[in-house]
Amino acid sequence: MKKQLIFILLFITYIIYSIIIYTKGTEEKVVVNAADYTSIQKGKTLFQQHNCISCHQLYGLGGYLGPELTTAYSDTNRGENYMRAFLKAGGARMPNFHFTEKEIDNIISYLKYVDATAITYKAKE
Amino acid sequence: MTALTTQYATDKAAKAILILSMSYLLLGLLLGITGSLQYLYPEFLKEDLSFQKTRPLHVYLAITWIFTAAQGGLYYYIPRVAGRPCVWKQGVVIHFFMQLTLSVCIVICFFSGYFGGREYLEFPPLFGLLILISWLPLVINFFFTIRPKFGKAPVYIWSWSTGILFFFITLSESYLWLIDYFSSNIVRDITVQWKALGSMVGSWNMLVYGTAMYVMEKISGDTKIAQSKEAFFFYFLGLTNLMFNWGHHTYIVPAAPWVKMVAYIISMTELIIFGHIIWKWRKSVSAAVKNFQLASYRFLSFADGWIFLNITLALIMSVPAWNFYTHGTHITVAHAMGTTIGINTMLLLASIYLIAKTEIPLQFQKHKKKILAVSIIANISLLLFWISLIASGLVKISGNLKNLPFAQIMLNTKIWFQIFAASGFLLAMALMFLLFAGISCFSNRRNQLERN
Repeated sequence: MKKQLIFILLFITYIIYSIIIYTKGTEEKVVVNAADYTSIQKGKTLFQQHNCISCHQLYGLGGYLGPELTTAYSDTNRGENYMRAFLKAGGARMPNFHFTEKEIDNIISYLKYVDATAITYKAKE
Repeated sequence: MTALTTQYATDKAAKAILILSMSYLLLGLLLGITGSLQYLYPEFLKEDLSFQKTRPLHVYLAITWIFTAAQGGLYYYIPRVAGRPCVWKQGVVIHFFMQLTLSVCIVICFFSGYFGGREYLEFPPLFGLLILISWLPLVINFFFTIRPKFGKAPVYIWSWSTGILFFFITLSESYLWLIDYFSSNIVRDITVQWKALGSMVGSWNMLVYGTAMYVMEKISGDTKIAQSKEAFFFYFLGLTNLMFNWGHHTYIVPAAPWVKMVAYIISMTELIIFGHIIWKWRKSVSAAVKNFQLASYRFLSFADGWIFLNITLALIMSVPAWNFYTHGTHITVAHAMGTTIGINTMLLLASIYLIAKTEIPLQFQKHKKKILAVSIIANISLLLFWISLIASGLVKISGNLKNLPFAQIMLNTKIWFQIFAASGFLLAMALMFLLFAGISCFSNRRNQLERN
């Protein structure tokens, strides 16, 4: 009975903890206007459809063949134009995905948004 | 509870699932070699089978190997633990065919470039639901055949039950991103994804560790280990670890610092206790029994060694000040490889060889010497592989500190990628041999004759 009790207590704690994480623990800090929101969501969809996470990381999630992208937008060595060039033509390791200009804009919007949220990341840098 | 040698109608389907699991790893290893070549020669298959496809294929097949091998083992052990046949015999066959069909469809999707684009679960989201459905025959057979009385149940029953329960919870949780509330907020999306994936790994570990505990009990003949207070202490630490240790993945994502520190302590303690249990068990086994079951024993011992190596690495990685540097480097990959190959694969091979030895002792005896020799090659090459990943991670850290461009860092890492590819190739060859030995034990017609 003691074992079952420990299990139940742990399980209840897990549920409560999960709810806190889903709500208070992850509140949005960046304000996005409606027009940007649409572009960001389209960019995110493209990012997933092309499985960019396979080679790039966002907040540590993803592969290592390509560079980490969380703060690529504000990185002085990379930035928007640098990313646009890769999205247009690919690179030594990156295939050319033949994105349209509009698609590139959306992906850049998404990465700009990700960059804006990376407060802890930048503080560490 | 019945002896391992007792035959059940579902054994054939259980062995078919084990063969399927080994086939996943075989294919996964081939794609792993392809992926490692793409590190060395970026133009290699860049347009036709890019890393965008080889990595998800490799990851999916490697992960599927772990839980399918655990499932196959469970189907073999369930009637022996319960002392009666599985309640839904056809369910085992249905499970096999659902699993096979699903994995073929997922592999085709990856080859064709259809992605869901989420880390580790890169297939289209619909397959997540189908994977959950494919687990239902196991749920029914496990809970309705064993009918666990948790008050007196050994620790492996608790581990298996927890593994199954949390696989359902965490896989469902990993698809919360389909709801706009989660998807529209990147911090929430990433945090919940790390949370779900971290706990999902814990659910596989529960299945694998439960299997390892059962194998230990069968080899030593000591039923007290799985009932001991220490084993349950370890189990509850593991459960706490499963629920809360994902925090150490999110140092870089905004979250309360104490969550990460608690997760770090829990994670370390779990590995130490588990290593201690295996160590204690090894001492208690008589020399005669050791020799009799040497193959499984040796794989458990290798897992023991990898636990200690991974503790050291995890300790370094989990210190927040150091995690900032190791994060996003191949040091993280080294830890993942040490865990999935060094610990999980070694434990699952111990389980597979125990079943092979039980089923066809004469045929198994013929393979035994080679298996023992190749197991050493596999572990030496894994050690080299592991070291080369850590070294390439250190080179990347040095490059980042000097603010070098990514291309320059990759160039500086080339020698370590060469060692990584060479040792990876040797490791893949050794594992392929071990898997072929396992497959031939279960599929050879002469073996059936020996069994009859």
